[in-house]
Amino acid sequence: MLITLFWTFFKIGLFTFGGGYAMIPFIHNYAVEKYKWITDEEFLDIIAIAESTPGPIAINSATYIGNKIKGIKGSFFATLGVVIPSVIVILFIAMFFMQFKENIYVEYAFRGIRVGVSILILNAAIRMYKKLNKNWLSFLLLLVGFFFILFELVPVIYVIIIGGVVGISYQLIITRGDNNA
Amino acid sequence: MLDLLYLLWTFFKIGLFTFGGGYAMIPLITEEVVKNNWMQTEQLIDFIAIAESTPGPFAINIATFVGFSQEGILGSLFATLGVVLPSFIIIVIIAKLFHKFATNKYVVGFLKGVKPVVVGVIFSVAVAFILKNVFNFTIAKFEGFIFKWETLLIFIVIFTMTQLKKKMHPVYIVLVSGILGLLIYGLII
Repeated sequence: MLITLFWTFFKIGLFTFGGGYAMIPFIHNYAVEKYKWITDEEFLDIIAIAESTPGPIAINSATYIGNKIKGIKGSFFATLGVVIPSVIVILFIAMFFMQFKENIYVEYAFRGIRVGVSILILNAAIRMYKKLNKNWLSFLLLLVGFFFILFELVPVIYVIIIGGVVGISYQLIITRGDNNA
Repeated sequence: MLDLLYLLWTFFKIGLFTFGGGYAMIPLITEEVVKNNWMQTEQLIDFIAIAESTPGPFAINIATFVGFSQEGILGSLFATLGVVLPSFIIIVIIAKLFHKFATNKYVVGFLKGVKPVVVGVIFSVAVAFILKNVFNFTIAKFEGFIFKWETLLIFIVIFTMTQLKKKMHPVYIVLVSGILGLLIYGLII
């Protein structure tokens, strides 16, 4: 069972390009449909938890599913499985890249690629902005995050903590006296 | 050994404060890389491009890459371990203790506040990267502006392309912008 867990998450890690969200359909395919480790409902819970906790979605869901099936050992093998392909592939590329980065044509290509990557990050920000619940508070917090980090006024961790504290206070105020919240 | 533990600790912090997927990690990594003088921002962006074009979670790819560039294979293992540990520990605890974690009012409130901040932070990094890579301009210090039609042209072409076809895979964007860079700098100039 531990080997199946490891191998399944190894395949998921090896064949998904483009980060954690690209993995979600693969995880569903294996964990819900093929092996029936978890139900559809549990799968949705896991995604909700993975999104509400820090860290890569892929690691969060691997740890959670592994834990569900075989406790902490299961967590360990599933997480190891999803991490190992990345580490191996990147190590090969890193060694290769270190040799070629002085090459002038590689530098030309990367001058273009740096612009491309900047646009990828911009588009990611636009996508996340569209999914945001919009109200005066979220606009204010967005602007705080934008300006404080653009002009490097405080470390990133500080603005995240500020956001969390403001969010919790706001939630406690709007649910005051409501015990079901 | 101290350097390795420092890598582990740095990536542990990065993993602990990354909310909302791989892109949310870029601001934290950029800050640490610059603060610790590990490499130029340009080199980090090259790594980001490669991490986007290779399989596996972005966070793991970039941790492995930065770790390797500092301390070789051991560095890559310590950085990766660092970025994985907070997730691992938190999820194991949640799986044991809280069944209604995602609907807890403190968690809901925390995320309500953190999400817009993270979006703002990612916007700021996007703007800073665009100004740096298109115009050589460092916004935080207000210095270095150079008008460069080459990179401006690449920016306009790639941005238009991504707006026309929204679901284009990052690998294609990396490929096309790389080819444009090669053509413009290698053939025309």
